[in-house]
Amino acid sequence: MTPPMKARIKAKHQRLILAVLAAVAILGAVLLAMSALKDQAAYFYAPADVKRLGVALNKPVRLGGMVAAHSIVKAADGVTINFVVEDGVSAVKVRYTGITPDLFREKSGVIAEGSFIAPDQFVASTILAKHDEKYMPPQMGQKPKIGRVE
Amino acid sequence: MIPEVGLAALWLAAALAVLQFVLVFFGLVEGGAPELTRAVRPVAVVQAVMVGLALALLITCFLNSDMSVKLVYTDSHSAKPFIYKFAGTWGNHEGSMLLWVAILGVAGAAVALFERSLDHATHIATLGAQAVISFGFYAFLLFSSNPFARLDPAPPEGQGLNPLLQDPGLAFHPPTLYVGYVGMSVAFSFAVGALVTRKVDPAFARAMRPWVLGAWIFLTLGITAGSYWAYYVLGWGGWWFWDPVENASLMPWLAATALLHSVTVLATRDGLRAWTVMLAVVAFSMSMVGTFLVRSGILTSVHAFAVDPQRGNFILALLVIYIGGALALFAVRVGSVREGARFDAVSREGALVLNNLLLSTILGVVLIGTLYPLIVEAVTGEKLSVGPPFFNATAGPLALLLVVVMAAGPVMRWRRENGLAVLRRLMVPLGIGIIALVTVLIAAPGLHLLPLLGLVLAIGVGAASLAPLWGRNLRRTPLFTYGMVLAHLGCAVSLAGMACDSAFLKETLVAAQIGETEHVGPFAVTFTGVAPIAGPNWTALEATMSATRLGWSGDPLILSPQARMYSAPVTETSQSAIATLWDGQLYLVLGKQQDDGRWQLRMWWKPFVTLIWAGGAMIAIGGALALLGRTWRTLVMARRKDAGA
Repeated sequence: MTPPMKARIKAKHQRLILAVLAAVAILGAVLLAMSALKDQAAYFYAPADVKRLGVALNKPVRLGGMVAAHSIVKAADGVTINFVVEDGVSAVKVRYTGITPDLFREKSGVIAEGSFIAPDQFVASTILAKHDEKYMPPQMGQKPKIGRVE
Repeated sequence: MIPEVGLAALWLAAALAVLQFVLVFFGLVEGGAPELTRAVRPVAVVQAVMVGLALALLITCFLNSDMSVKLVYTDSHSAKPFIYKFAGTWGNHEGSMLLWVAILGVAGAAVALFERSLDHATHIATLGAQAVISFGFYAFLLFSSNPFARLDPAPPEGQGLNPLLQDPGLAFHPPTLYVGYVGMSVAFSFAVGALVTRKVDPAFARAMRPWVLGAWIFLTLGITAGSYWAYYVLGWGGWWFWDPVENASLMPWLAATALLHSVTVLATRDGLRAWTVMLAVVAFSMSMVGTFLVRSGILTSVHAFAVDPQRGNFILALLVIYIGGALALFAVRVGSVREGARFDAVSREGALVLNNLLLSTILGVVLIGTLYPLIVEAVTGEKLSVGPPFFNATAGPLALLLVVVMAAGPVMRWRRENGLAVLRRLMVPLGIGIIALVTVLIAAPGLHLLPLLGLVLAIGVGAASLAPLWGRNLRRTPLFTYGMVLAHLGCAVSLAGMACDSAFLKETLVAAQIGETEHVGPFAVTFTGVAPIAGPNWTALEATMSATRLGWSGDPLILSPQARMYSAPVTETSQSAIATLWDGQLYLVLGKQQDDGRWQLRMWWKPFVTLIWAGGAMIAIGGALALLGRTWRTLVMARRKDAGA
């Protein structure tokens, strides 16, 4: 094909081509995002969900609930803790190595990001202590706000 | 008295916005009265003065610690240092929205006063669009977020500002980011104005470009500053968390970056007409989405001050009306926008189209990742979080691809280019990139793919970004070319910082007795003691640590991380200590004391992490140089024209 011919065909449809490219980019973004969301979105579990639904091991998830009373046990290295997250229905053991946030305490709300290494043992990579009922499991929503300092 | 005057000023500004729109409408409509448009510009200026006055008066209330104003009571305290009384004005929902509309008003006035090159009708129509946007946000403030509401009787003392916000960053980060966010409204109004008058042409693009560039510079600065603030204030050692609030600022930036490049095609080559108008609409839409996400309270974060569904619905309604309206106008008028000049696939325009497509794809991915959890929760009630693994896996590779395009684009010619010639021009950077690849593979084997590619591309692209200057007379090279080179180099520098941080980061987490020495990276850190200290509204335990670098004899670095306790409101925060060296930062956090007397210490050695923000600053300075260069040229041209006439 001679270059002028090619150029003319392309020029005629340039606007159309650009519109199609834009559509392809948007569609590509949607497909890419959807396929990645399947693998990468971390689902939020309460201990009751863990009991009811079971969990996939070694996949990123978030575990939310209350730190059970008298459950925090410090390991000898001084930076690892073990504690229990409960929601009134079920309970899950959690291990975390790191500095806990200031609002992290027993009988207080917590979100742990990490993964299950066994059906009842969770290893947290991040601990978020929340003082907002938004992150509480629904059945705990009625309890008074936790950790909120007025 | 002061709050009432402030409220009155706000009402007056809202009324002026209505007047401004009415004047524009009857001035431009067929069979209307064109002489009405002469009043539009003065009205826009007075409106800005009124809303500016309202903001100044709210600041005054905060500075006076006037506890009879509800907002001052809930978010301030008389014992707070001056700067936080001042900046605390926007450290809350109502105040930050007032800052938002004040900047919107000032931006409108700036368009009224300083825009000279746009044709009269489009200019007036632009100010009409700006008035509609302003009015919506005035209504939002007046009906659902009145910053001047009073308390009777006045409480004796306020509740204080969130200690995480008590940082000099508060004085700088929100206003900068808002100028960027709101500046996008100007681009939006320009696009609407041009659609109304059917004048989407290079002259329109040349007029719009400095405004886009200005907003983009501030967005860049705001994001860079916010990233550094989060980095040092949170004590987590991270600089970007893909938090929805961060994404809310990144999305307008991505759209604005795309717009900045496409507006250049329209200004220089009269191509991408409809495309550019669409991007201007998208860019401001993203600012609105960001405002909605942050200000509606549907996200829980330090940025979300209030959870009030009414406010969320109000902003959502504004978003739908403005974006829907603009898109409808676009759909009706796009047929009348003539197709622009054509170009080959391999050309500067082609590279810029690719830039736009990649930026749009990244934008789409970030938008979906940010909104998906909200939508899923609204529909099914199921909670999930989309975090760094998702965004790194999707946006990361796309960004690397974009950086490659960035290396090639600036050395390509407009309209038609020979691919081989481009390759020849990039031989040296390509060589440097290959040498970097081999060096990194030998010196640091076992790197993950993304950091490895990031590092190598940063070096290669950094070299390539200088290519537009090679073989040119540097004295005669226009300032905006230097701006572009500096901004592109900044991208490479920032990328290098990100890659180094994720590739070479060293972390130590220990419980240590006073007197013990711990190691992190090339440093030996001795924990010498803990002592109590007091600040204006906090007390703290301050640790003293002395760090020496292995193989380097000299005075040790003294770092003092603190565990702080604020009195109003009562909150514990951790104040990290950071030592900045030429090749990275040593970052220490003091944790909690154990029952056996040991203290938790978290230590990071972050090689070249500072390049991330240095790169961000270079991008912004590059933008500023380009803006200066363009404005200068426009002024010179105008003077020559005057002299000729």
